[in-house]
Amino acid sequence: MLVQFEVNGNPVEVEVEPRLTLADCLRHSLRLTGTHVGCEHGVCGACTVLVDGAAVRSCLMLAAQADGAKVVTVEGLSLEEGLTPLQASFRKHHALQCGFCTPGMITTAHALLTKEPDCDADRVRDVLSGNLCRCTGYISIVEAVLDARSAYARK
Amino acid sequence: MTIKPFVGQPIERLEDLPLLRGRGQYVDDLARDDMLHAAILRSALGHGRIRSIDTTRARELPGVHSVITAADLGTPVPCVPMRLQPMPEFEAFAQPVMAGNKVRYVGEALAMVLADSAAIAEDALSEIAVDIEPLAAVPNHAVAVADQTLLFEEKGTNTAMKFRAVLGDAASAFQNAPYRRRETFSTQRNTALTMEPRGLLCEWDAASGKLKVFGAAKVLFFNRRVIARQLGLAEDSIEMVECHVGGSFGARGEFYPEDFLIPFAARRVGRPVKWIEDRREHLMTMNHAREAACDVEIACERDGTVLGLRGHAFVDVGAYMRTNGAVGARNIAQFMSGAYRIPNIDIDVALLLTNKTPVGTYRGPGRFETDFFRERLFDLVARDLGIDQVDFRRINLIKEAEIPYAVATIAPFESKDELDSGDYRVTLDRCSAEFGWAEKAKLKGRSIDGRYHGTALSCFIEGGAAGPKETARLVLETDGTITVYIGSSGVGQGLETAFAQITADAMAVPIDRINNVFHGSTSYVSDGYGSYHSRSIVMGGSAVLDAANKLRTVMCAEAARRLNCGAAEVLLADGRAAAPDGKSISWAELAPEPLSAEGFFLNKKHTWAYGAAAAHVSVDAKTGHIQLLDYVAVENCGRIINPLTLKGQLIGAIVQGLGGAVMEHLIYDEQGQLLTGSLADFLLPTAADFPTIRGVLIESHPSPINPLGAKGAGEGGIISVGGVIANAVADALSSLGVEPRDLPLSPSRLWHLIQDAHKAREVCR
Repeated sequence: MLVQFEVNGNPVEVEVEPRLTLADCLRHSLRLTGTHVGCEHGVCGACTVLVDGAAVRSCLMLAAQADGAKVVTVEGLSLEEGLTPLQASFRKHHALQCGFCTPGMITTAHALLTKEPDCDADRVRDVLSGNLCRCTGYISIVEAVLDARSAYARK
Repeated sequence: MTIKPFVGQPIERLEDLPLLRGRGQYVDDLARDDMLHAAILRSALGHGRIRSIDTTRARELPGVHSVITAADLGTPVPCVPMRLQPMPEFEAFAQPVMAGNKVRYVGEALAMVLADSAAIAEDALSEIAVDIEPLAAVPNHAVAVADQTLLFEEKGTNTAMKFRAVLGDAASAFQNAPYRRRETFSTQRNTALTMEPRGLLCEWDAASGKLKVFGAAKVLFFNRRVIARQLGLAEDSIEMVECHVGGSFGARGEFYPEDFLIPFAARRVGRPVKWIEDRREHLMTMNHAREAACDVEIACERDGTVLGLRGHAFVDVGAYMRTNGAVGARNIAQFMSGAYRIPNIDIDVALLLTNKTPVGTYRGPGRFETDFFRERLFDLVARDLGIDQVDFRRINLIKEAEIPYAVATIAPFESKDELDSGDYRVTLDRCSAEFGWAEKAKLKGRSIDGRYHGTALSCFIEGGAAGPKETARLVLETDGTITVYIGSSGVGQGLETAFAQITADAMAVPIDRINNVFHGSTSYVSDGYGSYHSRSIVMGGSAVLDAANKLRTVMCAEAARRLNCGAAEVLLADGRAAAPDGKSISWAELAPEPLSAEGFFLNKKHTWAYGAAAAHVSVDAKTGHIQLLDYVAVENCGRIINPLTLKGQLIGAIVQGLGGAVMEHLIYDEQGQLLTGSLADFLLPTAADFPTIRGVLIESHPSPINPLGAKGAGEGGIISVGGVIANAVADALSSLGVEPRDLPLSPSRLWHLIQDAHKAREVCR
């Protein structure tokens, strides 16, 4: 079946099997491999993307369900050169080691800070608790997100 | 111009730039136009005899290229070899890369489908008809010991091996001891659980007879030797390529059955073959670890001086002996004494086969388990003797003057080891001070707002720097920058940054003159040993120093020729080579063609980082829930290369350990069925679970066994956690008489312990 949606601001048209997940569509059909697949059952959060602004597990969503939606992946939250303030904060706080969970952390944190730039540490922990990281122990990730709040502050 | 050393600075990681922007290249990010996808049919039974495997219907499915079973692999079917402790006694228990006659664990490979897509390959798995005669299973070490049901009938036993750790004369020490106590403890089956599942992409070029293996990790050169032998290829016709690696923690990158199957398939079909495991497969096929029990006895003076330790330990190694499946058992026996002076030791450890996934190393292998056993025992003893738990440890810590200190020797392979440097009391005192032990310990057993509070502290040592060798190659490029090639491998720990720092200092250049750090390919250096036993920095970093010396010699010789002076007279500084007469040329001019030098480091000894950890918990006696209120770890790793990444390793390891202490548990039933096959059943720590962890690094006592003075690091944080948390829980619940002896301390298990304690007290009344 033919599915049309927008990825990182660009319209795309993909022929997919109805059973194809949005994660596999992004990764393998559209070759946007920044979105990672860690569990395929909605627990680890590595595949988190933004669908119409909401952080969504792309392994639990079919590509067909994205028809007409605006999808943003970690690639769409990145600059051609250099790092965004959120990414720079991750680097400064050493909030990544192997980097596999990182795209999901970035998309989840971006969705949170966009809506709640004043969130406190408990709120950050609560929201990030849906994204598993095996390397960092999370403390540096929470610090990085808190430190990036100023870049999202309401003007 | 003098350049401030880069070693020791918290340099932000070079690795982060692609990883933060979705530009990482993990193995599943690779694709080839004509590639086939592999899916593997896995045994649903823990123990059984294979009657038949019928692949006819699977083969007929559109999009299926072929189906491979053990019958296609030749006779005998190749086996997973032992990499560490490769003793002939283990060979009979090696795992065939595909099951032919018997299955011995849930998840064992039975057949492999190659198809046009991963989805079709998985569809085809359900079309394979497998007939397996179920056999009684060996579900745990207690059943294994009885040898009633056997995994390998022809061997007549489920005991793969026994190790024995001996120091001094335990029998005499116990005979005369004024105080003795005997206890049993256990730790649960766990796994490293890397966030990236395993995967491989293999390409076979029939014309040149060359094989490329993408997705290799950890020990590329060893794995290449194995594949070369098993496929009958020359080693140099195989290139192993490491992509970005989503964590190892000891488990990823070892030689698994798929490391034969996928290269074999690529050569057989003459097309690229890709295989990516799913999370369910990961939980039942990647090395398990940690499942151990012990029955140990301690002997002490009345003043708390430990005289001896003896007893038996049991390690459930699962269904086969895989590459490093004996390491945990060895460490449990050899390092039960930890950072403490225990002059008389006699501990044996049995490696017992069960119908479960085979085990391998997982961060702090054996050390996490044995530290839990010992530290629990110490707290029980300290209380018996009326000695403060921190004082008890201080009394028995190995003193600086006693180092180098020889630990117990392991039989049958006479493995000796000695602790290299340090003042263990300093880390204990610092930990006690940072934690605020004097104040917090007063909370012992207090109930505040319905939660009981308790504290604990323990000391640890962390081994690193396994030999025998590492290789580094430095290249002066034509633009005057330096490129580093290294035989160590990256698994997410930040290797490139650390090696760039070491190289910049060794060549006396700013770090931005380090062009790139290449690791993780068998084509970069002549030989490499990879990343395990916290060896990369010590071994690879020391090899970089050697390569830098050699490159400087090459550069001086070249400069001398150009500048008409003696090589010894050339001064290499500020990116120029200068002669005594003032003439000079830039490094770029020095290298119209790249100049290169390979360096090595050979080593038979180990480094020993050391430290202490303390925890403050509160326990809800109504639910068994443990809240971690504070956790402080202090570690001394000798010379620090990058405090930012080192601290990241320390904190990350602690949180992994907390998962192992209170939640993570691979559970099997009596038939050997895995009951925790998803991340909804196998619980990992989340961002909300343990918000207060503090790590403190102390830099002193550089290791005397390597020119960097560094010590292997990254595992230390995990080692103490089980013991410290269990002791803090026991401290909190001391008024109830709860004494945890088994991990994990899940809410349900702790609730049952509390209920049992209540009942016992009622009986006493």
